[in-house]
This record gives sequence, structure tokens and C-alpha cells, in this order.
Amino acid sequence: MGFHTTRDDNGVTVVRVEGQLIVGNRQELKDLVGNALDAGERKFLIDFAAAGYIDSSGLGALVALSRRVRDAGGELRLSGLNEDLRSLFELTKLDTLFAIADTPEQALANF
Amino acid sequence: MTTAALQLVVRRTPGPGLTPAGARVQVTMPSNVDCIEHAVSLVARHCLAGVSPDARLRFRLQVAVAEALANAVVRGNREDPTKLVSIEAELLPHHILIQVTDQGEGFDPNDVPEPLQPDRVNGTRGRGLFLIRKLVDDVRFNARGTSICMTLSRQ
Repeated sequence: MGFHTTRDDNGVTVVRVEGQLIVGNRQELKDLVGNALDAGERKFLIDFAAAGYIDSSGLGALVALSRRVRDAGGELRLSGLNEDLRSLFELTKLDTLFAIADTPEQALANF
Repeated sequence: MTTAALQLVVRRTPGPGLTPAGARVQVTMPSNVDCIEHAVSLVARHCLAGVSPDARLRFRLQVAVAEALANAVVRGNREDPTKLVSIEAELLPHHILIQVTDQGEGFDPNDVPEPLQPDRVNGTRGRGLFLIRKLVDDVRFNARGTSICMTLSRQ
């Protein structure tokens, strides 16, 4: 369980969620994105292609990060949600809050 | 990930004839959010052992148990290191029953606001119980609100 961060040629910070995003590690993700934001980064993609499951704390962390990035004039997108993970966003109506792409390549194409 | 403090007891009983074997899984964990992932993994592994692979059932079980444990650790026991959370799972031929119990003050599940209300839908908290209710087939609480029993159909 962890996060792997890269930066693409267009200046997008890509955070790959490896394993779970739950109450035990959501603060790590918030700190990671928050620190990058403080360092001047404004474009963020969080990719779930290697993720397992997300709990409501993880969803809440994504909502908080999206708000924080938007308030700083940036944008946060999501990608790689499988059918089960996408259902969590649909059940909670968070699918309308986030820009969600099927793959990281699609999300990065027009970022 | 903290693993040393978890206690696991599994009792399997052979089922009569062609019915699947019954089993009871008990896990006790400290009030530490870092133990939740391992506890979920243990419960899922033992609850789904020997049944046909069903990724959707596994996902529903993992998220529901993770939510119930987070509620028990954070809201129930308030992360008090002297308090424990117990998980008891009973494997029946057609259902899985999972009970999560904390040692806190309890709560009234009817007092939990609906997270899809317009003023809450973009909030950062309050989706846990809602998700549990959406992901499992039945949810019951004890009178004190310290124990949740979730039923998942194997079908």
C-alpha cells in the first residue's frame, strides 16, 4: 500500500495509488499533494489502475484535495478506476465532482 | 502496516452432504487505523476461502468491513489504545454474516445524516455508513450502537 509519484513532460504530477486508499494512509496522500501544491505544482492526476479498494475516508481525502487544488487555481483529475471503484463514486455522486478518465494516457492527453 | 497485535481464530465445521462447510472466523484488533488493512485482508481471505471466485463479492466485503472497522476504531473506541475491536464472521451456505463490535459509547444510526443531501454531497465526511448500506444486503445494529452486523449474500 503506497503512492508512487512521477511528473510528466507537461508538468502534471501523477500519483499512482498502489493498494488501498483508506483511513490509515489518506493523510499521506493529502500531505504528498499538499506539499507539491506548496512547491508550485498545479496539475495533478491520481491514477487508480493499481489500486485495490477505497473507503469513505479515502473518498473524503480526494474531495478535500480537489477543493484545495481548485482553490489554488489548479486541477485534479482521476483515472484508472475499475468498475467496482467507479461504483463507489457513482453511489456517492462524486462522479459528478471529478474529471474521471479511463486511463492515465487519456487524462494526460489534454491536460 | 501493523500485524503483530491481531488475533485470529478460525473454526471450520464440515457441512452435511453437499452443503459447503461452515466456518466461524474471529479477529480481535487494537484501536489502531494502521491495523485495518490487515484485518480486512484476514477476514476476506477466510470468508472467501473455498468459494468460487467472485471479484464483486470480495470488493463489497472488503469495503464494508474496512468502513465498519474505521467506524469502530475512530468513532467508537476513539483510537483508545486500551480498547479493542472484535470481528466475528459466520460463513453460511448462502450468506456471510460479519459482526464488528467496539468498546465505545455507542451511537444512534438513525441520527446519521444522509450524505447525498445537496449541502453534504461534496463534503469530506459522513459517507461510511451510507456505503455499507449500499454494498451489503442487510445491516443491523445492537441496541447500544456498539455493534454492526452485516449480511452479504453469496449469490
